[in-house]
This record gives sequence, structure tokens and C-alpha cells, in this order.
Amino acid sequence: MDVMPKWAEVTLVPLISLVLAAALSAIVILAIGENPWAALKLMVSGALGSTYGWGYTIYYATNFIFTGLAVSIAFQARMFNIGGEGQALVGGLGVALVLLYLPFPHWSIALIASAAGAALFGAAWAFVPAILQAKRGSHIVITTIMFNFIAASLLNYMLVGPIKAPGQEPATSKFPETTRLPSFQDMFSTADTVLFRGTPANITFFVGILACFVLWLLIWRTRLGYELRAFGHSESAAKYAGISPTKIIVVSMLISGGLAGMMAINNVQGEAERLVLNAVEGAGFIGIAVALMGRSHPVGVFLAALLFGFLYQGGAELALWTGIPRELIVVIQALVILFTGALDNMVRMPLEKVFLSMRRPPKPDRKSTTARTAE
Amino acid sequence: MTEPAIELKGISKAFGPVQANKDINIRVMPGTIHGIIGENGAGKSTLMSILYGFYKADKGEIFVGGKKTVIPDSQAAIAAGIGMVFQHFKLVENFTVLENVVLGAEDSAMLKPSLARARRELKALAEEYELNVDPDSMIQDIGVGMQQRVEILKALYRGADILILDEPTGVLTPAEADHLFRILEGLKLEGKTIILITHKLREIMDITDTVSVMRRGEMTATVKTSETSPAELAELMVGRKVLLRIEKSAPTLGEVILDVKDLNVTDSKGVHRLKNINLQIRAGEILGIAGVAGNGQSELLEVLGGYQEATGTITLRERKIDLTGAGSDGQSRRRRGIAHVPEDRQREGLIMDYHAWENVAFGYHHDDRYRKGLLMDNAAIKADTADKMKRFDVRPPDPELTARNFSGGNQQKIVLAREIERNPDLLLVGQPTRGVDIGAIEFIHEQIVALRDQGKAILLVSVELEEILALSDRVAVMFDGQIMGERLPAETDEKELGLLMAGMTDLPEDKPVHQAVEEKLAHAGTGDGRGV
Repeated sequence: MDVMPKWAEVTLVPLISLVLAAALSAIVILAIGENPWAALKLMVSGALGSTYGWGYTIYYATNFIFTGLAVSIAFQARMFNIGGEGQALVGGLGVALVLLYLPFPHWSIALIASAAGAALFGAAWAFVPAILQAKRGSHIVITTIMFNFIAASLLNYMLVGPIKAPGQEPATSKFPETTRLPSFQDMFSTADTVLFRGTPANITFFVGILACFVLWLLIWRTRLGYELRAFGHSESAAKYAGISPTKIIVVSMLISGGLAGMMAINNVQGEAERLVLNAVEGAGFIGIAVALMGRSHPVGVFLAALLFGFLYQGGAELALWTGIPRELIVVIQALVILFTGALDNMVRMPLEKVFLSMRRPPKPDRKSTTARTAE
Repeated sequence: MTEPAIELKGISKAFGPVQANKDINIRVMPGTIHGIIGENGAGKSTLMSILYGFYKADKGEIFVGGKKTVIPDSQAAIAAGIGMVFQHFKLVENFTVLENVVLGAEDSAMLKPSLARARRELKALAEEYELNVDPDSMIQDIGVGMQQRVEILKALYRGADILILDEPTGVLTPAEADHLFRILEGLKLEGKTIILITHKLREIMDITDTVSVMRRGEMTATVKTSETSPAELAELMVGRKVLLRIEKSAPTLGEVILDVKDLNVTDSKGVHRLKNINLQIRAGEILGIAGVAGNGQSELLEVLGGYQEATGTITLRERKIDLTGAGSDGQSRRRRGIAHVPEDRQREGLIMDYHAWENVAFGYHHDDRYRKGLLMDNAAIKADTADKMKRFDVRPPDPELTARNFSGGNQQKIVLAREIERNPDLLLVGQPTRGVDIGAIEFIHEQIVALRDQGKAILLVSVELEEILALSDRVAVMFDGQIMGERLPAETDEKELGLLMAGMTDLPEDKPVHQAVEEKLAHAGTGDGRGV
């Protein structure tokens, strides 16, 4: 129902949810004897107060952009891909294999190749659950979460065996220097001032922005996006229109898996510069929250990813400088997810009422179909 | 003077900006059948939902048997002696009749005594009111007519003195409907009060004592049935004079457009849904398919529309169309010149959350005129939509509005505009006026006839016999996946078609039709085994 104007839908609802989550977090912080206001200030200054903080915030945000987009595109087709974690892990394997075994003269070519490798591996990992859903009706939620475990095991095996570098660690050797992506420090520091010193934010952030734009085009401007959304709204109507469910399920999941896999450009090539165990660190799951909060819209996902990047980095600062344990940060993040995702209607319903009461007196009767009313 | 069984005073109810009921006053006298008639969306169902405790009225009072009663939920309604039979039955498919009757009205934690008591009472009720059902049949195994009787029994078992029936004949054959009406007459004679909600004028005239007319949330009139006429009621419903008949010229038949031979469909459960269907439609002809819902009409439309696989041969303009595989999808069908107005526009014909303009491209989104390079040409679609909305008088004519914000009639006009304006060779139309108000019905019928007059072939599926008879140039009747026979509208009537709809092939030539119908009615108490 269009009871709320679009702008309220996309700004007011998430903002109010956020404020509620923050208020509840403040109570929790108070309860453990810390000062919530000081905590907030520390989070803001730690995450956004310096280019150093921004460097981390943006790095985390980049991860979440990719996993958030991955969940969003699947959501558009009403597929719930919670396998972003596994797809990103396997995407990392793709990146590692490309960068370790192919020679690259320049990072730009390496970026294109590793992006392709990451997308291909991530998509391949999403393909099996997709085809099982399309052909056999195996529920995508079950299969994708199972594939997360399989991916973790596969990476374990690869990193202690076939692609392990000599030494104690279960990791690959470092990628060649020519494949190193430009970091924000490289790009934005001037001769006199070093900005973003030592932070992992790198050029992948701009790839992420590009991905947002391309995905927006795909969803709202192409026939594929049109079919995908149609299928997401109503499978029976899609069948009537001659839209193949198999095609939509598989294609949406391939794009989704590919995007999740592409997160690996950021964390594997951009940050670690080698493949380590558990490289994804839960970003795949955060992607679900990001997509929920961003209402599966690329712009929303971008903003939500920044917010979660802020929470991540600010949370790390809190844990470092105060007595607030790191676990509490997870609580705060969980509250944000709870309010923006699960309790969405709690905010939405009262807000709709407010807008409804503002809209009276009603517009000319919409129900009237009588073409030529009483003479 | 007797107190009314039910009296509503000043009932108002709004959903957001929509005033569903506006200051409704009604008195239903005990021992009468009171009809409530109105177009879809007139507020009949809302009013009854308030009476049954599903909605809370914003304003107004309810009196049951002269006593002011507050009905916050259905339990309270049942306690006040009100029973309701919904349009869509609320029965547990894999429970027996007996279990369904007892469900929610058990006497104790143990089932046995309740079931035994119910069995006794059911027997008594069956004898009293001709409500014969086998208490041990599974709901899924009995016909729709019988399921409805179970719903009535459920209400009576709970001690209902006032019975509300919401569009009870929508799923019944004429014979079954007649049987239902006889049951209702019997109940009335026993002193029960019956409220019948319907949009069918004929039923109102046949069975009710009093009739109330609703229009746009208001009660426009309450009259004695014997003192009114269908034309007057129609005028009260719509607020203006309506043509109850469609004016159309004799058809000019052309070449055979559609030729269906030995069409068979077996569904995933192995049920034979279509059995050796043979039919032809010529250019400039409307073939009407009559039948009770669920007898294969939907499957026939789905096969022709390209989303149900089948065996047999279908030829369109002397070229075969694929019935299985990649060439049998909706896109291929559209390319071959088959347009389809589906039976359920909200589930199939439209994406309810899409804008009107997105819906106008639906199914035709691959058209060259809607594309610009790799992207869709949204501006072109919007312009086209504005154009179509004007010609089909869609209100409001706003391409940006989402489909769910249009009324049923206007939604249907959007679908019709999309399909008709493709200039198809064959138009499939399912239930074109279901849930559409009378004003729009006229318009939709005119459009279908106009397309026929342009020399197109039209396959019309409808459960409304009146509509079939009014529009069709030829009528085929389906029962249990088969075509029971074809008739010319001028040479048949509702009774004969009703017989065919009930699956009686051997049309009696030696005795009058009404006699056969009576005989059929005598058997109507037992399940007819029709799959639902």
C-alpha cells in the first residue's frame, strides 16, 4: 500500500529504527556501568574522527557493500541467500588461485582477473543450491547455509594442504607485488601529509560503488531485472507472463553468489594480500542485515554498509579504550539488525497511521469505476 | 410486535481513508430470509464481518433479539446464536465431516463423547433439514455442495439461530444451488433467520423475503422482495439504469483459428485434469465454456496460455503450437498471437505491487517498442500506458499508481487493455467480470464483443451462466475435465446447461428438461465424486 510517501519509507523508517536501537544500546551500556554518551563519542571519533578511522570504516563497509548487494539481488527474486559467507570464502579461493598462478604485469589487469575469478567461484558456489531449488524444490535457505559449512571445510583443506605456503600458518604465500591494489593511503596522501596511514581501505571501495550502480541499472532498468522483480512479487503471475522460474532462480543466485565472491577482492587481494583461514569473518551474515536495512535497494545497501562499517570500527575502538567488551558491540549490532529487520513493522505501522491522518480529507474516490455515473 | 432477530444501528467502519460502511441501519426479522445485495466492494462483507466479530465497528450498535450485544470476536457471535458460512470454506481437508463439525466445540478433553454426541445431533439435523451428509467421509473426498452443507451443519451444531451465508452459490451448479435454497427454506420454516449475501439478482428474487441494497458503503434501500424487480434492484445497486442484456449482432464467421484435438492433461499428482478435449473456434466467434469452477476450465486456459504442459494437438491458424518444452511457454504463445486475460487477475494477470505502467508491459516486456538498447524504454511504456488508460477509461488514469490501488474493475480494464490492444488472433478470457462492478461489466462485455466483431476468435471461460449465455456465439459445457456438449445459446437455457454442468450426458429427448433436473436433484444429496 502506498500510504507513506516514498521518501518517508526509505529514510524515516530506518532512521527511527536506528534511534530506537541506539536508545536500547544506551540502556545496556548504562546497565554495565559505562557512560553511553562517552561511548558514542568514542565510537564516532574512533570511526569517523580521522582518516585512520575512516580507512577502517570504509574497508569494512566495502565488504558489506558486496555481501549486502548479494543478498539484495536474491531478495528481489524472493530468494533468501544466506550463503554469502560461503560464497565469499570460495570467492577468496578464486582470487588466490588467479593471483598465485597467473602472472600479472600491473595491478589493474590483476584486479580485473581477480574480480572475474572471485565472481566465478562465488557464483559457482551459489549454483548448486540454486539448481537444487529450481529443479527439486530444496529450500534455498537450508542448502545455502549448508554450503557455508562445506565452503569452510573446503578452505580448511586447501589451506592446510594443496595451496598452503611453507611455514607454520594455514595460509597461502603472499601474492606477487605487481598485484597489490592501491590503498587509500597510496591514492590520497600528498607529499606533505600521509592520509589513511596503514589502513586497509583500498580501490575496491570504488569497485563497490560501481557495483551498486550496475546493480541498480540491472534491477530497475533491464528486462532481466523486471522479470526478476516480477518473479519475486508473484511466481504465479511470472509463469503466466512466460517468465521461466528456473531461469530467474538460477540467474539471480548466480549474480548473488558472484557479488558475494567479489568481496574477496577487498579482503583477500586488497587487505591480506594472501588467503588466510576464515578470511570473511562473518561479513556474509552482516550482508543480510545490510540488505534488510537497505531495503534491498543499492543506494540503501550502500548507506547501510557504511553504517555497519562505522559500527564495526567504532566497536573495535570501544573495546580497545573502554571497559565495554567487544561482545557488547555485537549486541549493539544485533539490536540494529533487530530493529531495522525483524521489528520493521513496529516502526512502520504507527508511522503509516501518522501519514494517513495527515492525508485526510481523502482524495477523489479511488474506488469509483463506474465510467459514466448517474446522469 | 416481534423484536427483530438482528438490528444494526448506525454502524460505521473505515479502513484508512476508505469508508467501508457508513451509518448502516438494518432490521432482520426472525424467521425470514433477508438478502443483502450490492456490487463488489459495496461493503456487504465488511458489515457481516462486523456482525461476526472479525472487525470492530468504529461506531454503532448491534442488537440481537432486541438485546444490545457487543461482539468482540467470533466466539461471542456464536454465543449470541450467529453462525456464518464463508465463501471460502474453513474446513480441515483431511478430517472427517464429523471431526470438522466438532472442531472447536468439543465438550471435554476426550474426543469420544463429543463425537458420539455430534453423531446423534448430526443425524437429527440431517433428517430435519434434508442436510444429508455421511459423517465419516473425508472433506477432501466430498463435493463442494456437500462441503457447504458441512459448514451449515457446523453452524447449526453450535446452536445458531441466525445463519449468514456469504456468496453461497458461487461454487455450485444450478442444481446444487436449488438444493441449497430448499435447505434454506426448510430452515426458515423451523424459525431460523437467514441472511444471504450475494451479488446475483436472480437468487435474491427467488428466495428472499426482504432485500437490502448496499452501494459504496451505504444502505441505499430495504424493500420487500415481492414488491421489487431485478431492474429496480440493479438500479439501486449501481445508482443508474443498467442494461442487463448485451446488444450484439449475429456473428460473421471466418476461417478456423483454433483447432484443439484430443487434448489431455495429467497433473503432478497423476489426476487426469483434461480428458480428450476437442474444440474449434472460428474467426469472429466467441466460444463460451460453461462449468462449475474446478472442472478443467482453468487447465484449458493454462495449456493455451502456455503454462501447463499437455498432450494432443493444438493448431492455431493451421500451424501447430508446442505443448511441451521450451516452445510452450507464455512468451511463445504471445508471439503466436494468443492473448490471455487470466481467471485470477490478482494472482496471475497483474503484479499487484507493480505500477500500472509496469503491468501494461507485463508479458510483453520483450517487445521491441518497449526497449532501448540493453535497457527497457520506461518512457515509452508510460506513454503507452497513459494512452491505453484513456481509451479503456481506467480510473484514476495514473500510470504511476500500483495495481493494488485500483478497484477490481479498473484492474481488469488494465489487463484487458494490455491484451486486447495486442491485436491477437485468439483471445483467452477467464472470468472477465469476477469481482467487477456492474458499471465496468458492461464496458468489459462491450470490449469483448467489439474484438469479436473485428474478426478475432475468443475463448470465454466463466462460471456465470448468465454471462456465458449473453456473450457466447456457441457454448461448450465442461464437467470433470471433459466437454459434455456444445449448444447454441438461442437453442438452450440455463436448465439444460445446468444439467450438463452436473455431468449428465444423456440429455433426455423423451421427457422435458425440468423433469430430468428434478430427478438429478433427488440424487444431489449424495456426493457426485467431483474433484475440487
